[in-house]
Amino acid sequence: MNTSTNIVYLIALPLFSSALLMLLGRKADKWGHIFATLISASAFFVGVTEFFAMRSRPEEARAVTQKLFTWISVGDFQVDASLLLDQLSIAFVLLITGVGTLIHIYSIAYMSHDRDRRRFFAYLNFFIAAMLLLVLGDSYLNLYVGWEGVGLASYLLIGFWNQKPEYATAAKKAFVMNRVGDFGLSIAIMIGFATFGSVSFSGIEEKVGGAGETALTAMGLMLLLAAAGKSAQFPLQAWLGDAMAGPTPVSALIHAATMVTAGVYLITRSNFIFDNAPTAQLAVVMIGIITLLFGAVIGTAKDDIKKALAASTMSQIGYMILATGFGPAGYAFAIMHLLTHGFFKAGMFLGAGSVMHGMNDEVNMRKYGGLAKFMPITSITFGLGYLAIIGVPPFAGFYSKDKIIETAFNAGGVQGVIFGGAALLGAVITAFYMTRVMLLTFAGNKRWASDAHPHESPFLMWAPMAVLAIGSVASGYLLYSGKAIVKWLAPVVDKDHHEHVEFLPPIVVTTLAIVAVLIGVSIALLKYRGEQSDSAPSDVSIWTRFARRDLLQDDANEFLFMRPGQEVTKALVVTDERVIDGAVRGVAASAVGSARGLRKLQTGYVRNYALLILIGAALILAAIWVVTI
Amino acid sequence: MGFTAPVLEYSALAPMLVIFAAAVIGVIVEAFTSAKLRPSLQLAIALGAVILSFTQVITLRGTTTTTVAMESVVVDGPVLFLQGTILVLAFLGLLLIADFEQFAAQASAIPGSPEEEVATKTGKVQTEIYPLTLFAVGGMMLFPAASDLITLFVALEVLSLPLYLMAGLSRRRRLLSQEAALKYFLLGAYSSAFFLFGSAFLYGFAGKVSFQGIHNVITSGPGNDVFLLIGLAAISVGLLFKVGAVPFHAWTPDVYQGAPTAVTAFMAAATKVAAFGAALRIYYTAVSGAVWSWRPLLIVIAIITMIVGSLIAISQRDVKRMLAYSSIAHTGFLITGILALNQSGITATLFYLATYGLTTMGAFALVSLVRDASGEVTDLNRWVGLARRSPQLALIFSLFLLSFAGIPLTAGFIGKFSIFSAAYENGAISVVVVGVLASAIAAFFYIRVIVMMFFAEPGSDSVSVIIPSRYTMSVIWVAAIVTLLMGVFPGPLLDLIGSLSTLVR
Repeated sequence: MNTSTNIVYLIALPLFSSALLMLLGRKADKWGHIFATLISASAFFVGVTEFFAMRSRPEEARAVTQKLFTWISVGDFQVDASLLLDQLSIAFVLLITGVGTLIHIYSIAYMSHDRDRRRFFAYLNFFIAAMLLLVLGDSYLNLYVGWEGVGLASYLLIGFWNQKPEYATAAKKAFVMNRVGDFGLSIAIMIGFATFGSVSFSGIEEKVGGAGETALTAMGLMLLLAAAGKSAQFPLQAWLGDAMAGPTPVSALIHAATMVTAGVYLITRSNFIFDNAPTAQLAVVMIGIITLLFGAVIGTAKDDIKKALAASTMSQIGYMILATGFGPAGYAFAIMHLLTHGFFKAGMFLGAGSVMHGMNDEVNMRKYGGLAKFMPITSITFGLGYLAIIGVPPFAGFYSKDKIIETAFNAGGVQGVIFGGAALLGAVITAFYMTRVMLLTFAGNKRWASDAHPHESPFLMWAPMAVLAIGSVASGYLLYSGKAIVKWLAPVVDKDHHEHVEFLPPIVVTTLAIVAVLIGVSIALLKYRGEQSDSAPSDVSIWTRFARRDLLQDDANEFLFMRPGQEVTKALVVTDERVIDGAVRGVAASAVGSARGLRKLQTGYVRNYALLILIGAALILAAIWVVTI
Repeated sequence: MGFTAPVLEYSALAPMLVIFAAAVIGVIVEAFTSAKLRPSLQLAIALGAVILSFTQVITLRGTTTTTVAMESVVVDGPVLFLQGTILVLAFLGLLLIADFEQFAAQASAIPGSPEEEVATKTGKVQTEIYPLTLFAVGGMMLFPAASDLITLFVALEVLSLPLYLMAGLSRRRRLLSQEAALKYFLLGAYSSAFFLFGSAFLYGFAGKVSFQGIHNVITSGPGNDVFLLIGLAAISVGLLFKVGAVPFHAWTPDVYQGAPTAVTAFMAAATKVAAFGAALRIYYTAVSGAVWSWRPLLIVIAIITMIVGSLIAISQRDVKRMLAYSSIAHTGFLITGILALNQSGITATLFYLATYGLTTMGAFALVSLVRDASGEVTDLNRWVGLARRSPQLALIFSLFLLSFAGIPLTAGFIGKFSIFSAAYENGAISVVVVGVLASAIAAFFYIRVIVMMFFAEPGSDSVSVIIPSRYTMSVIWVAAIVTLLMGVFPGPLLDLIGSLSTLVR
């Protein structure tokens, strides 16, 4: 494989900037945000350069590596800290640095009143560096470093306003739930190492043919657990809603466009594992379907605009995970949906931030209404994102989601119908709740708080939104015209060029998808047109209450894990005090006791020491004698 | 009877020759220059010699020379690495000594005598410490390079004699210091006798003093095995005394405590490097053919050394004594590296020696900064709450302790890990199990000190942290950075050692 010397700058630039801003402290307050933004932009520039360089190379020479240093070398086991830039990672690099830079620009204005803006930018840069390491590492171990890095960045940024205890709690919740997934990843790495003797992607891929399916399935399931943690998939989905405690640009960058899609990256990157472990693949599909419906249902009941968008993120990632479960037929579409989603969801989050900016940080959509007139640009960019996410042709989401639904049907037989049906149902609900968000926010009657004076946001905020809106419109067509993305990613995810069977003709699926959208939109129009109350109705069915309580996800966690966990902890504390501490104290006491005894040998008299040496010498001689005889 | 003039390969011996020459110059300077000029001149000579010698080691790094100086000295990868390590430690040690104003003004004066008082008051300070250090350094460099028993013994004495003297040079608590020196000398002489006795038996066994010759006789087998075994046992006593293995460890705490802290730092770090270098060579080359006889023995010694060192350290109330027992426990870990008897064992031992030496140097340097009106405070109870007085030093000391305990992300972890895995490869499982358990015990008292420094209320005692000059602080920083760096990026150093760790017979 070719080597390159430039890849490291992608990571080094933001990492350096982050360290600089943190080390300089308040001295960098005046220029820190500009500097961080420029650095992010230059990383994007490097990414674009690399992209065009890659495109100009023939297909087999596109992937390049860069070895930085030998990281671990113990006996035969060697791990290099090296980077791999191939067709898959460049897609992520462009997304991370591109959207990242836009969000940096947005944040300059959004965070302008925050006295810790420099620290915010330092964290953002750190996030960019960690996320790039995650997608550029050439082994699971390198990926793991980035994986933990983005987890840390996410924790720091969710709890950025940690003066509010509930925000700090939200950060902790995200961190703990992610930890569960991280265990999955570390166990997967261990299984991989035990089975293949390697932790690098290429090393494992080479030997994958020789491994038993049990090991592959176990590794696949553990990778899925990891993906579920990072990408807020069932059953580790509960943290994402609370993660909205972070500043809105963070929600847009980390909890919509990039970090939460790391699970999709992980599964796609591990295609060689999943393609040989059908059971694990089926599990991936199931998790994808459950989450996409779960998130969509929660989305219908949220009045908090950010939480509604978060639920939608969860659901959309469910689509991507679903697609990865279909193997080579689906990876490219998962990545395509990931990219288009990166545009429209980030755009909508920034739009939500812009609305909040104009409405004194109000997040309750019941207190909005009729904002289109006062925030024309925001409503247009948000609206374009809306059209994209529900899948109206020719907007971006239409192409990507349509292909996923099609792939689901192509699974064939009853399974295919169930998968495809579920994906279609998800599309109906998505259309419903997103229309609801649009109507409650931008249309209808004004339900503002008395001191609200909505106004359009400054240029620095709406410009990134506009750019993302262009992406929401055009990225689907660009990525899909001539099957560009499928061909582009084929060397990574579909090396054998599988023939994909068609279960239903594409035109039928497309029609079904459009019908699904129409149904969803119509129901929402019927229900939410005209005057709305400024508080949520309370005489609602049990199902609505379920949905409002996030389908009992927190209750389930509390009942299944927290309570038993607390009981176990209590029991453990007792055992710890009685048994373990007792034993430890006993051991410690006997250790101290024997230490005192031994100490008596240390008399300070040379004659005693000399005697000790003599005895030792005699014993050695005797011992050698015994051994020889 | 014909006499052949010895052939000396000066370039290969240059690192040692530079040091010895500088030591001799130092003696002359001590005799003929004025008291005012002496300290800085001596320091400059010593540091210059160390640097020059180090550059010589660097230029030699690629050489494949094997035996030089009439086959009495070996120059190979591990030797050069060990010599480099000793020189780095010597450099840092000299900086500490330069910073350390607590040496006796006149070592020969009787403690508390009028002569001593006068000398102290008038500032007529003698600086014999520098040439002494250089002689010791030269001996240490020769020790692992020696390839016959005579050279080995000479090197042992050259490195030991100056150390005996240096241990007695403390200005404060002179009697304790002199007692330590005398103890060290008596016991050292005693163990040297064992060593010499063993050498004689080995010569009786093989009819040769060179390691190569002994090895040949062991493998071809005409010798008298009784002679071999007695020789082996006695030589082991001598070596195990130098590295401070149980039951030949008794001098360590007394001497570490009594000696001036700068000397303790240098001695603890560099002697261990030299002695283990020599032990590696003897066990891996000269007597490797008789491994069946000494391996079980070393296994037992390693086990009791680790246990006794870790256990007694728990009950220590004095920082320097605690570090001394910790160094005994580390001796046990290092013997484990010798037991591994394979390439990775050599690599692991060399890595351990280099990083442990630096960490030890840093730890003792730091101890010398915590003082009250009457000098250093080594009583652990008075270190309580040190973190409030100097969070920076408390943090660094914690780093050193964590490295001693072998907590990941410190050099100590990588060292222990590589040593244990090397020993495990070669089936020394019992040692590895005990080693891990001993590490757990050891972690207890290291962490107890950290807790004391950070989480306990400071007493009313006025202990203060005094930073005399940049020298000591720079030593501490270097040690801290290396400890951390080698814990995070051990790769390059491990590679370097791996590339040169073939011992030449």
